[in-house]
Amino acid sequence: MKALVAVKRVVDYNVKVRAKADGTDVDLNNVKMAINPFCEIAVEEAVRLKEAGTVTEIVAVSVGESSCQEQIRTALALGADRGVHVEVEGRPEPLTIAKLLKGVVDQESPDLVIMGKQSIDGDNNQTGQMLGALTGMGQGTFASEVKIGDGSIEVVREVDGGLQTVSLTLPAIITTDLRLNEPRYASLPNIMKAKKKPLETLTPDQLSVSVQSHVTQVGVTPPPERAAGIKVEDVSQLVDKLKNEAKVI
Amino acid sequence: MKTLVIAEHDNASLKAATLNAVAAAGALGGDVDILVAGAGCGDAAHAAAQVSGISKVICADNAAYEHQLAENVSLLVAELGADYDNLLAPSTPNGKNIMPRVAALLDVGQISDILSVESADTFTRPIYAGNVIATVQSSDPKKVITVRTTAFDAVPSEGGSATVESCSVVHDAGVSQFIREEVAVSDRPELTSASVVISGGRGMQNGDNFSLLEGIADKLNAAIGASRAAVDAGFVPNDYQVGQTGKIVAPDLYIAVGISGAIQHLAGMKDSKVIVAINKDEDAPIFQVADYGLVADLFEALPELEAAI
Repeated sequence: MKALVAVKRVVDYNVKVRAKADGTDVDLNNVKMAINPFCEIAVEEAVRLKEAGTVTEIVAVSVGESSCQEQIRTALALGADRGVHVEVEGRPEPLTIAKLLKGVVDQESPDLVIMGKQSIDGDNNQTGQMLGALTGMGQGTFASEVKIGDGSIEVVREVDGGLQTVSLTLPAIITTDLRLNEPRYASLPNIMKAKKKPLETLTPDQLSVSVQSHVTQVGVTPPPERAAGIKVEDVSQLVDKLKNEAKVI
Repeated sequence: MKTLVIAEHDNASLKAATLNAVAAAGALGGDVDILVAGAGCGDAAHAAAQVSGISKVICADNAAYEHQLAENVSLLVAELGADYDNLLAPSTPNGKNIMPRVAALLDVGQISDILSVESADTFTRPIYAGNVIATVQSSDPKKVITVRTTAFDAVPSEGGSATVESCSVVHDAGVSQFIREEVAVSDRPELTSASVVISGGRGMQNGDNFSLLEGIADKLNAAIGASRAAVDAGFVPNDYQVGQTGKIVAPDLYIAVGISGAIQHLAGMKDSKVIVAINKDEDAPIFQVADYGLVADLFEALPELEAAI
């Protein structure tokens, strides 16, 4: 069974991103970049399925500028077998990424596509579902557990109020939630080995996809600031403030 | 201008999140219809018809839609979408599951989690865990949108008298099947619509200690939430999680107990009207957003608080 894992290069999750003073865009100068945490969970899941003998080959794909090859190498160091980089300038939108991933799916014919439920930059939570629509595959979004059966897969999903289990016909798409697994760290020997693993670069033209804009960012602003609060001395002062000042209890 | 709102429901009743999405639809102007797709969902459709300001309720009642599997419902919504300018759903796990699939079927972009409607094609939405608010403009002929429910005040659930039209369009993609659901039953208000929320973090130390929050929650009719750390540690189930990728809440009063205040958690609660933080670490970042901070051992403060309210 072949697994395709999509990974995205994003700002490291510890960075507090700010709007530029002129409001045109976010300030990403000299910030640390990393693999999107949910994508890391996706890679880990594929590697675990390979270790369990279910998956035989893992292809890591990323859509973006040439710098995202760094994140493909991270996936290779974690256990993916080869990489595919679809080179696109700027910040492609979810629908564009989904179309390009569909092109890669057509080329690779994976049995399983695993990707993060959302990237922590745009916070869109769209690409996996869009790829589902474009390929006609079933989708197990927000997955917290995955069990592969014969020609199908059971996915436990995090939903409002609890967990929902669905069965999907393979090939299918999984988008990962936080509790699916805890990703490992890449070892130094594996990081060295990853440098020699094959990495193919494709263009949107080669995948017959035209990159279009549907939603443009007009500007950015910081969120409303909260006024500084106070420290209360004890519980009785807290209750007094809540009753008589804030009037919320 | 015509807008279709995809109802959040459990076949028997309409969920409150629908009312927030209807409010956003109202901000777009023009006629607002509601789609109730389910099985045996007549009661939910009836409830939708009472919602203030609705022109028409479309009730698609078929076994294929019983558990609102995205593969089936998205095909229905995309087909019905031909008659509408805007397709809206609340930004709940269900809305997030279905709407991107609808957008891709229609070959349009999707706009997630809108906070405001600036004009017919321009919206604001949070990015980077809410540290930045982006204004975005859609160039698509149809807008497919999910709505951050805390950003729009719910419309009244009563007072409307929409017609209920049954829809016989059946789409069964045949690639997905519902197996089971484990949903916690609770007498407490829903986390996302409660007016008071009390959340525990890693500082609670274990799941049993969440009982210290329960007595207070009972007295304040509050919902109980948690930080990711508390969920990851197995103290409480996943659906308690408040944060960037969990539930977004904006109650009148949010009490954070033993929560340090990572940016991912703040993203889920910083729009609360009044924030209280109880933490023994006076340097915890949660105090930077708290209106009232109490530096104290939660195991002493919580019983005192319960007794004092």
